[in-house]
Amino acid sequence: MSTALMTAPEALDLDRLEVREVNRRLQQAEAGESFEVLNPLGRHSLAVGLQRAVAITLRGHVGYYCAGMNDGGRITVDGNAGTGLAENMMSGLVRVTGDASQSAGASGHGGLLVIEGNAAARCGISLKGLDIVVGGSVGHNSGFMAQAGALVICGDAEAGLGDSLYETRIYLRGTAGDLGADCIEKDMRPEHLSQLTDLLQRAGIDADPADFRRYGSSRKLYRFQVSNLGSY
Amino acid sequence: MCGIAGLFLKTPELRPKLGALFSPMLQEMSERGPDSAGIAIYREAGRGAQPCKLSLYHGDPAFDWKELARDLAAAMGGEVEVERIASHALLYASGAPAALRAWLLAERQDVRVMSAGHSLEIYKEIGLPAEILERFAVPQMAGSHAIGHTRMATESAVTTEGAHPFNTGDDLCLVHNGSLSNHHQVKRWLQRQSGARFQTENDSEVAAGYLTYRLSEGASIAEALEAALTDLDGFYTFAVGTGDGFAVLRDPIACKPAVLAETDDWVAMASEFRAIARLPGVESAKVWEPAPGRVYSWGTA
Repeated sequence: MSTALMTAPEALDLDRLEVREVNRRLQQAEAGESFEVLNPLGRHSLAVGLQRAVAITLRGHVGYYCAGMNDGGRITVDGNAGTGLAENMMSGLVRVTGDASQSAGASGHGGLLVIEGNAAARCGISLKGLDIVVGGSVGHNSGFMAQAGALVICGDAEAGLGDSLYETRIYLRGTAGDLGADCIEKDMRPEHLSQLTDLLQRAGIDADPADFRRYGSSRKLYRFQVSNLGSY
Repeated sequence: MCGIAGLFLKTPELRPKLGALFSPMLQEMSERGPDSAGIAIYREAGRGAQPCKLSLYHGDPAFDWKELARDLAAAMGGEVEVERIASHALLYASGAPAALRAWLLAERQDVRVMSAGHSLEIYKEIGLPAEILERFAVPQMAGSHAIGHTRMATESAVTTEGAHPFNTGDDLCLVHNGSLSNHHQVKRWLQRQSGARFQTENDSEVAAGYLTYRLSEGASIAEALEAALTDLDGFYTFAVGTGDGFAVLRDPIACKPAVLAETDDWVAMASEFRAIARLPGVESAKVWEPAPGRVYSWGTA
């Protein structure tokens, strides 16, 4: 069998298969296999729970929780994604060519999430190590209580950016609404420029790292203050 | 959770197919609200000498609608025609819809006024959307726009009266996904301001009453919704219809979902994209999530 035939993507049509059948096929695939999912039509929980480096393209808009818990899968949504895209992702790559609804990348532990369009509210909420690159703007309370990883925003951020932030780094090119509690602008040092340059390059987004500002935690909310000792 | 679907046709040629295009949209929202479902559909105005239309409901399936029509005609003058449609009736009359509604609310409290106006008809029932759409023959209906709701009750009882959409003023309808926290206060305020009458304990009826009051002050529906951002407290995605307009508003926190899609032929709104996914021309539609706290309106809304 020729290499071309071996790597031709297998088509899975959701007009003929149930969501569970499609997910089972994707979850059981070997690393290196590739798939095209047709007619997603906004269905929920597509391409979730992958544990191997399987390449998947979903042709159209997807519903809630697409690519959830992804651990190694390389998943592209050729369209928009609903609530909870790539939530609790562990590793791998998830890319959306359109917009993502609220809570994209929520609680993500690792890997890279690229949203080429805009992300709605609460993007990267409770982030735990996943890197997110948004080509457009993000909605309110993005990066809420985010603990680790990076959130790159090429457009603007609505109010409440980085509220109650821990150690996630936020890079913003556009303007921010009112910053969230304990979120402050910080110096862009060489290691930050280098991280940002790498993330933009891996995301395939053409933006000049020099145009970005960095935001982080002022560490007043989550660090113990000795002056509060009397309260304990 | 609740489900919303709305379809506003821009191209008159599509009007004969409104019910056929809209029914699968609402059915797709079944899982979001299996308790009850309702449809507000804007069709041709009433008949010649009876330009007013009222959709009415009575709990007794054998209710004598003809007698009610005779009583109404005797009290208000003019001829009144009535057509039974499952548990509902469509009543055609002359005069002002608001006056007809007021008479019914005062004199016939056993009858529920589901809608009053010129083009609007509302049908709602307990049960799954598929059954309700079929019972009222919605797929066969023509019209210009339609808004529907599938309800998962949180705030008041699962009853036909508590089902959405709500109509409180001529040809205005509202559906709501969410819950309002200050509806008792707003209701008392409306009762004091305008003597507004409510038929249920439902928070969404108060939101509809609020918009009716603002419209009566001369506001456009878009202006009324702007004012609602200040006066209504709680979680909401609203879809609102008027005789020739359609509008959508999400609260500033925007926990409740909504998706909009627009082509040259139609504007569609739903809680989730899957309700819109099979409309003709959707591949080339502009699809977006309405921003929090921003009013979107079409037609002369």
